[in-house]
Amino acid sequence: MSLSRNPDRQAAVVGIGQTEFSKASGRSELQLAAECIRSAMADAGIAPAEIDGMVTFSLDNNDEIGLGRCLGIENLNFSSRVPNGGLGSVGTLAHAAAVIESGLCEVVVIWRAMNERSQYRFGQPMVNQAIAPGGGTGFMEWCAPFGAQTPASWIALGAQRYMSTYGVDNEDFGRIAVSQRQYAATNPAAWFHGKPMRLADHQQSRWVAPPVLRLLDCCQESDGGVALVLTRLSRARHLRQPPVRVLAATQSMPFDTEVATNFYHGDLARMVEGEATARRLYALTGLGPQHMQAAMLYDAFTPLVMMQLEAFGFCGPGEGRDFVRDGHLGPGGRLPVNTHGGLLSEAYIHGVNSMAEGVRQVRGSAANPVPGVEHVLLSSCFAGAILGRDQN
Amino acid sequence: MTTDRQGSLNASRPAAPAASGDSAFFWAGADRGELLAQSCADCGRLRHPPRPMCPHCHGTGCRVVALSGRGTVYSWIVAAHPAPHGFDAPPVVVLVELEEGVRIVSNIEGVPPERMCHGLPVMVAFVPAGEGRQVPVFRPRSEEGCAP
Repeated sequence: MSLSRNPDRQAAVVGIGQTEFSKASGRSELQLAAECIRSAMADAGIAPAEIDGMVTFSLDNNDEIGLGRCLGIENLNFSSRVPNGGLGSVGTLAHAAAVIESGLCEVVVIWRAMNERSQYRFGQPMVNQAIAPGGGTGFMEWCAPFGAQTPASWIALGAQRYMSTYGVDNEDFGRIAVSQRQYAATNPAAWFHGKPMRLADHQQSRWVAPPVLRLLDCCQESDGGVALVLTRLSRARHLRQPPVRVLAATQSMPFDTEVATNFYHGDLARMVEGEATARRLYALTGLGPQHMQAAMLYDAFTPLVMMQLEAFGFCGPGEGRDFVRDGHLGPGGRLPVNTHGGLLSEAYIHGVNSMAEGVRQVRGSAANPVPGVEHVLLSSCFAGAILGRDQN
Repeated sequence: MTTDRQGSLNASRPAAPAASGDSAFFWAGADRGELLAQSCADCGRLRHPPRPMCPHCHGTGCRVVALSGRGTVYSWIVAAHPAPHGFDAPPVVVLVELEEGVRIVSNIEGVPPERMCHGLPVMVAFVPAGEGRQVPVFRPRSEEGCAP
């Protein structure tokens, strides 16, 4: 994404909406999607009929025509699906911003909605599923015969190299889960609202993939939907909510990376896809890690958070453990992270709930507001964005 | 049915699903007890996972070559929960760096998790999988494993 000076050529998030987060929504995925989009449009004060672009990412079961029929969309000019599942989720902002900045679209919706707990179990072992390329759930052919059949097992196998390279242990990852649970405890929308935990609770949870992951290192399986709506900044300034600018957004797929089963690039102790996302975002904006007041980092599993801290330059290689231990991710820390509780403790809406939290932090409307927010980093590892307050 | 040294039955482990035209040679080789990889017909460089073009010189020709089967453990986990299909006990999943320079996902047999470590020297072996197929697994080249 380029940074045009013309407000007609800049994109802003003007609405967010979500359903409740549960383990059994009691209604169809299409209804969840339609409801969260309806809610985002109401937040923005734009009629759903005006939507002319729709963007989601792989592993969403809803289709654009079905949603258009629910929402009364008059004519859709553009739709796209970013690859790589949740790890590509923030790439939706790059697609949405690009078509707004090009003039192709006026009002673009981003959504994710699913019953991944009540209708199917996202974290269960997979063997025979025909996973489409770019689907975001790994390359089964090379893993299923060896018992690596879940997202947890794939992420753990890569992260184990990071752990032993830098002497990180499972308790170090546990501190991330505890910090995020603290935010969830005071976020009424979170599944774990009112339920803080201690490191001992984390350490007593069952092993999922020793020596890397315990149960409380893993995100939930959730039912629910979240949507964002974007339009051009010049229009956003006349809408209901303060505009949240997309200062930059990008996808990033470096050579020889894979999603989840990411075993083949040079050094698995580094998150090269996050490093590439960071380089691009910082180059496009002229900003750096020191300019971020908060970050929403993709936390399907705790090691991803620690590795993103290093990839985005909040600390040096191998320093993630001490950065977490020093409390910088928690309330009042140097870099509050996943202030809604994240995918671990709010809900696993594949990252779109974390994008919405970034918007709330810029607006100043989050349940756990960070004071003085100018910029928020959004990262899903294989994609990222920087949101900013409108200075006008 | 085979039994590894921890006594876990693993004969029902799944065969590789959906082998594509680009990778069928790898699993056919495993059925014959061979560990194979693609070598570019033009520049000779190895690549894995298989693909129809060399990323270095962009040649589409390749030779299938037998690897030594010798490598070292690059990373490892126990696939404990939820229990994977086809295993009666949680398998140790390893990423092996082969001495020819490519990595593959596999299992290690004969080393308990507490004796696993990076750099453990291993050698390929072939074990039965579902549908009458075979898959490559690895065993330590010395008896000890790593110091706990």
